[in-house]
Amino acid sequence: MKKMINIALPKGRLGQKAYEMFEKAGYECPSIHEENRKLIFENEEKGVRYFWVKPSDVVIYVERGAADIGIAGKDIILEYSPDIYELCDLGIGKCRMAVAAKKDFYDDYGKTLRVATKFPNIAKKYYKAQSREIDIIKLNGSIELAPILGLSDVIVDIVETGKTLYENDLEPKETIVPISARLVANKVSYKFKNQEISELCDRVCAELVE
Amino acid sequence: MNYCNVALKPDEKAIYGLRELYLRHGYRHYKVGKFEEYDLYAANKSFLKGDSILSFTDTDGKLMALKPDVTLSIIKNIDDKDGAVHKFFYNENVYRTSASFGGFREIMQTGLECIGEIDTYSVCEVLTLAEESLRLIDENCILAVSHMGFVSGLFEECGFDEVEAREALGYISSKNSHALREMAKGVNATEKVIEALDFAARFYGTLGNALKTMKGFCFNERISEAYSELLDVCEAIEDKELYADFSLVNDMNYYNGIIFKGYIDGIPDSILSGGRYDSLVKKMGKSSGAIGFAVYLDLLERFYKENDEGSIDVLLVYGKDTSPSEVARKARELVGNGLSVRVLSADDGKKYAVKMKI
Repeated sequence: MKKMINIALPKGRLGQKAYEMFEKAGYECPSIHEENRKLIFENEEKGVRYFWVKPSDVVIYVERGAADIGIAGKDIILEYSPDIYELCDLGIGKCRMAVAAKKDFYDDYGKTLRVATKFPNIAKKYYKAQSREIDIIKLNGSIELAPILGLSDVIVDIVETGKTLYENDLEPKETIVPISARLVANKVSYKFKNQEISELCDRVCAELVE
Repeated sequence: MNYCNVALKPDEKAIYGLRELYLRHGYRHYKVGKFEEYDLYAANKSFLKGDSILSFTDTDGKLMALKPDVTLSIIKNIDDKDGAVHKFFYNENVYRTSASFGGFREIMQTGLECIGEIDTYSVCEVLTLAEESLRLIDENCILAVSHMGFVSGLFEECGFDEVEAREALGYISSKNSHALREMAKGVNATEKVIEALDFAARFYGTLGNALKTMKGFCFNERISEAYSELLDVCEAIEDKELYADFSLVNDMNYYNGIIFKGYIDGIPDSILSGGRYDSLVKKMGKSSGAIGFAVYLDLLERFYKENDEGSIDVLLVYGKDTSPSEVARKARELVGNGLSVRVLSADDGKKYAVKMKI
């Protein structure tokens, strides 16, 4: 009997794009387009069960086995270091993790650098490698405000086009790491549902090449 | 008296089942104290994977620790000068931190250690016992093996330094073949070596199938040794289905040979973990080798879905006027008939098969 694969999709544009890739690869689930309050969408014939979760929660669902596979941004994987498999780079949701600051920012190495970010672990690791002393200010949104109001010297955040930054007199200064969406899997599910997950992974990745 | 089917919970049954399995194979019970000198762990901190240690000062001023691990204590106390192979099993509580738990927690661990001149038979015996331990817990299980020699041999081919090796190990363990390939290209590894790294990261299947491909990747002595050891094991325990997964990795400073992990369908984490740790034994000043594994029994708590609601057969409710001796007589009678009975002065509203008033 074919085993069902539970798939955690991140809410938002990235999740929609990822679902389209699954759809193209033959794992469609028409009920997902219905307007209702359902949380889980299933296509038994194709052996898939989708659910939408907060993007940063995808890796938690996958690590703890509530989802067998999921779609997570590399930023989330780097920030939380979950014990999961990173099977494939889907090449969507491309952006970069960068350090940004006011255009006229002067980096004074004599002072502790104040860094505002949603990604404290990535920021800490980046500056630790440079032996730089920093003061992390963990924010949950509107990071760009921090340097404008003098809350921080720089920010570490995701930059896609940089438009928001430029409009607010900020600019990206250094790139930390390029980001894209990854197909991730639970390490135990990958073993017990190996045939199903490998097949899905191959078919979705085949879409990439085309 | 056999309590097995009445009083024991499934995880307790597993403990006794494992104990019996190990005793039958000539392993002796090894009891270690709850406390150990802190220095033992401080010197081998990375073996404990960065776990914090719960320490306290003893009455004589010595810094002590609540055991985070049993293996180190056993190695420390073993006298291996006689060249014999020592076989022990243990069943102990260890104290480790858990990020999700927000502090230290007590974890029930069972495991076995085989210390001395380890040959192919010893390796096979331990692997067989690991497989049987899993099967005893649930039939739907998988034992996956890897060999640190294969992975470190491939890194040797790439000329990775310690920092690079650690990074590459991270990619292998997350099956991130894409990043691993980029890294290998960066150090000008040959196409064949890149293909082997790709295989190490991506392969999952039976050990027999893995060996067929691995045969073509014996670039150096280290890999050849790993290959022939895995081949010997595969041939010796052909009646057991072993899987190969080279994404299982462990600290290279401690583990040097075969490593393995066991999984049960329905538990999202590995429940059994073990391997060959000659390097650790040598680091602790002994001359012999060792192989062993631990079973993390705390993971079983969620696996067995039964709860105890409705597990008591009879609720016996006595009135104000009923004499205590009459209540006792009735209760004894019911128990004598093989039923479980709870005696209360008023109905507690919980689920019982039968409720009786007296």
